[in-house]
This record gives sequence, C-alpha cells and structure tokens, in this order.
Amino acid sequence: MGHFLLRHQTPMLLAVLLVLIAGATSLSSNEALQVTLTEMFIRVIVVVGLYVFIGNSGIISFGHIGFMCIGAYAAAWATAEPSFKQIMLSGLPAFLQEHQYPFLVATAGALLLAMAVAFVLGLAIMRLSGTAASIATFAFLIIVNSVYSNWDSLTAGVSSIIGIPTVVGSFTAYAFAALAILVAYLFQISRFGLMLRASRDDEVAARASAVKIMRVRLAAFVLSAGLVGIGGGLYAQFLGILTVDPFYLNLSFITIAMLVVGGMASLSGAVVGVVAVTAIVEILRLFERGVPIGGASLGLPQGSQEIGLGIVMALILIFRPNGLSRGREFAHFAGAPLPAPSTAAPVAPPASAPAARPEGIPITDERKAIV
Amino acid sequence: MIQFLQNLIDAIALGSIYALVALGVGLLFGILRLINFAHGDFITIGAYALIVPSADVTARLLIGGWPWPVMIPMICLIVVIVALLADALVFRPLRRATSPTLMIASFAVSYIIQNGVLMAYGSRPKAVDLWSGANTQVLIGDLRVPMLQLITLAVTLVLMTALTLFLKRTAYGVQMRAAAEDFRMAQYLGVRGNVVIGIAFAISGILAGVVSLLYTTQSGSLSHTMGVPLALFAFVAVVVGGMGSLVGAVVGGFAIGLIVTMLQAYLPPELRAFRDAFAFGFVILMLLVRPAGLVPARSTFERV
Repeated sequence: MGHFLLRHQTPMLLAVLLVLIAGATSLSSNEALQVTLTEMFIRVIVVVGLYVFIGNSGIISFGHIGFMCIGAYAAAWATAEPSFKQIMLSGLPAFLQEHQYPFLVATAGALLLAMAVAFVLGLAIMRLSGTAASIATFAFLIIVNSVYSNWDSLTAGVSSIIGIPTVVGSFTAYAFAALAILVAYLFQISRFGLMLRASRDDEVAARASAVKIMRVRLAAFVLSAGLVGIGGGLYAQFLGILTVDPFYLNLSFITIAMLVVGGMASLSGAVVGVVAVTAIVEILRLFERGVPIGGASLGLPQGSQEIGLGIVMALILIFRPNGLSRGREFAHFAGAPLPAPSTAAPVAPPASAPAARPEGIPITDERKAIV
Repeated sequence: MIQFLQNLIDAIALGSIYALVALGVGLLFGILRLINFAHGDFITIGAYALIVPSADVTARLLIGGWPWPVMIPMICLIVVIVALLADALVFRPLRRATSPTLMIASFAVSYIIQNGVLMAYGSRPKAVDLWSGANTQVLIGDLRVPMLQLITLAVTLVLMTALTLFLKRTAYGVQMRAAAEDFRMAQYLGVRGNVVIGIAFAISGILAGVVSLLYTTQSGSLSHTMGVPLALFAFVAVVVGGMGSLVGAVVGGFAIGLIVTMLQAYLPPELRAFRDAFAFGFVILMLLVRPAGLVPARSTFERV
C-alpha cells in the first residue's frame, strides 16, 4: 500500500498543493479573493484538460476553448430558468426548454456534448500532421465562435443567457479540479497515454512499434475536450450569466500561456502554470489599482497586466523552454519511480544536438528528423 | 452575369489583400517554420501609426496627414522596425526552438502588441478618413469598380513582381530561397542565417505596412484587434495554398478571398451570418483532402 502511494504520489501532491492555496486564501476574508480562487480551480480543470491532449501528443491546440464554450452553453441550456428559455431560446428542444435540470446533470451534459463534438472533429483532423492540425483547431475555434454568436434561437446571439443558478463555489470547483487531475494522471500512465507520449517523442519509431497514432490521439482529444467541457459547464454555473465573447482568442492565449509557463510536458506543469499565472496576473492587477508607496500611490497604467503576462510568457519560452516544472512531475517522497517518461519535452531541442552547430540554426519539426 | 462579374472583382480585391498578408506570413514560415500570429498586429501598428497617440475618440492624423510619397515609406519603416525588434528580442533567442514553441512565442508577441496599442490609444474604435476619393467608381464596360479596388490590385501586382524579382535576381533573394529550401545546408554554404531572417522580417514588415494602408483606407476605422481577422485568414490561406510555398500563399489568399466573397453573395440570407463558419469549415475540409495544399512546397515533405 505504501509503495502504491509512493508510486502514484503526483496527483495527490497536486491536490494537496491546491488545498494549501485554498487554505492560505481563506485566511483573508477578502470576497474577491474567493472569486479568484474559484476561477483558478476552474482554470485548473481547463488547463489540465488542455494538457491531456497538448502535453501528451505534442500538438498545440488553439481550439479547446471552443469546447469550453460548448460545455458552458450545454450547462446553461440545462439549468437556465424555463421562462427565460421559452422566450429567448425558442430553438431549444422541448425537454430542455420546459425543465430545469440539477447541477450534476448539467455538468454531465457539458461533458458529453463537448466529447461528442470532439469525437466528430477529431475523426477528421487527427489524421493531419502537427502544424496543419494546429491550424485546423484554430479554424474550429472560429467556427464555434461564429456559430454560437449568430445562432440566436439557441444561444441568444450576442446578448447573454441569464438566470443560470450559481451553484459553483470554490469547494465544488476544487472537487472537480482534483478529479480532473486524477483523470489526467490515470490517462497519462495508461497504455494509451504511454503510446501517445511515445508518438510525441518519435512518431516514426512509435508507428514502427505498432502504435496506432491516430487512434491514441483521438482518445486523448476526446478526453481532453470532455475535461475542458466540464470546465466550461462549471464556469457557466459559476458566473450565472453567459455570453460568447470570453471564449475566444484571449482565453486561448491565457490558458496556453498557463500550460507553457508551467511546462507543457507534465501534469504538474499544467497545475503549477495555472497557479503561477494566476498569481502573476493578480499581482499585476494589484499594481494596476495602485500601491501606496510613501505618500504617493504608484499605479501601473491599464493594460500592464496583459503586457506583463505576455512578457513573462516570452521570457519563459526563451530562458526556460520546458517551463517551471522542466517537464518533470512532482515527487516529494523518495523511492518513487516516476510514471512520466523522462524523454525530452516537445519544446526542448534534442539533447544530443551537436555542440559545434553554427549559431542560429533552427531545429524545427520538419528538420529535426534529418539531423 | 454582371452581378457575378461584380462579385468576382470584389473577390479578387479581397483576395489580393489576403494574398499580401499571406505572403508576409508565408515568407517567415518558409525560412523559420514560424507561423507568425503577430503579423496581424504588425498591420495594426502600421494603421495606428497614422494617427496621434491618444485615447480620444476622434483620431487626429499624424503621419496619415503627410503627402503620400513620404507617408507610405514612413509607415512601412515603422512596421519594419517593429518586425525587426520582435525578431531581435523574441525570435532570435528562440532560433533553436521547435515550430510549436515559435508559434506560441508569436502569440505572446501578438498579445503584447495588442495590449500595448490598447494602452496607448484606448479601446474604442476610431474613425479615420485617409483618402476620401477611394470609393470613386470607375466604369469598365457595365461594371462599376471602386477606385480603391483597382489600386489594391495594382499594388498587389507590383509588390508580387518586386518580390519575385528580388527572390530570383538578387544575391540575397537567392540566399533566402536557399534558406527556405534547407536552412542548415544554406548556412554551411555561407549564407548568414540571421541576415537572411532579418531581411525576411523586414519584407514581411513592408508587406504588413502596405496592407495596413490599403485596409485602413477601405474600412475607415481602427481598432486594436483589426489585424487579427486578417492574420487568421492569412494562416488559412497559407495552409490551403501549401505551407512553405510562396506561390501557394498567393494562390491560397485569392482562393480564400473568392470563397468568402462568394459565400457572402450566394449563401441564403438566413445563413449569411455563419459565413465565417462555412469558410473555416471549408478550410478543414481542404486540409483533409489536400493536406499538402494547392501548391505543395518541396521542402515541407516530411523526411525520416
């Protein structure tokens, strides 16, 4: 038993880390801090979901926020006031229009709808190469945005859906974040996860070892979309009001930034990234509001929070390309064989690259193979 | 028939803008394997350089008020400087990084530029009247063509010819093509990598500058995200045309212009709002049918 715990300490350590953060913030009775905390837990779900696909497959997806949007609207359709739905969302099927479903049903709906869409989309785009697949996920994000902001009878178009019961607080969000971490961990150490990571590190060798790359990629894609969809569902039931606008490029950027800052090759990286970026953003926000120094108040101009985040991300990419976690998993207690393979992270240059290489040669995807 | 020809001209005019943007993106992709999100924001910077920095709603022209023989080079120069700075500060330290890392880095550059513009100019869109004669109609047979469309087309042709001549006839152009073909080999043969990449960034900056002028004249307004849709359509153009092929980027640009215009014209009215969804759905389809693009580039075939 002890051995089992040691062997699988990573997800537990991550869950404990989040509890500690929750504990630390609960010391202050600041209302806004509790909201930030809940939002952070929801981001953990989304970024861990993102990690399940990006981290394990090495393919960047810009489209996962589309699944968040799908999940959020699915939850809103299930839980919004029937009177509102009958007037504003006349295109909804009767079983949604006339009833109001409980939290768990709504969240399951968010999960299932996101997974169904991901399955259909994934069948198509998982056969593409890395860069083309990234562009295709981009196209998906734009499609989702365009459809959801124009399909007035289902999404209320550019106006918002209101009256969603705000049942998600920091405790619920935490429970789902811990669950997401566990699911991501189980996937990562499963056969599918290992095969996918093998294909990430060397596609040709993996294929030669009978890994059906498309199938494992698709499995990860659907699972990760499901997690992100849950994140969206919780987000809707946290805000209580829903529009399409937040689910676009900015949120895509922020969630990918979180993954990159933490290190996209490990689950610990995904979680640490969310915590670190949330901390950075909060600190910059504090400075934007103004910090009293001596008698005067020093305030950064509006927008420095975003610019600061962009700069931090660029610096991390340049100076710590494997992120804060360096692509490794948390393991505090000795004697634990790490489940995450220790091969180079997707963002790292190959360790065996000849030292005498002339300066400035980019080793890129397409070229790495011929070195 | 006339209606169709009219639509076709709209498509070509829109397509030539996309083609210019796609050329800027495709050039860098060919050499660096960088999909540059920030290209759209280079365009935004070119457009905002026209006016006095302030958060006021009404925009006062600064460089935009200068006579055009001074204004055009000045705008291009500003964008080129921004592009070179982005290269020096972000992309040069990342020369050894993989393609996804570069893509994310350019995402970061884009985010910084957008919020920088937001900080300096405020978030409200601004109206700018750069050239009121732009919409004068020119009659060609029975067709009415706005002046600006003709100019856009002419500018596109001139720039493409110039770029082709540069790539085929000058020493740097040849080096650039060699670098796009096989960067490592080119370096072993004495091509200076950073110089070639710098030139590529400069050219893509010039293209972005010109597009910013054409686009601002056409739309008459500025916003801090104005370049984003252009860049998105350009990525798609690059992918549809064939990644790494400049001819492909141009073909892709015109193809996207055609698709978007024809969808706008011939979709049933109730579906017209979903134009972008159809256009990008078509892109995914295109990727599936011809993953290498309309004009496949030789150098992007995967080697083992």
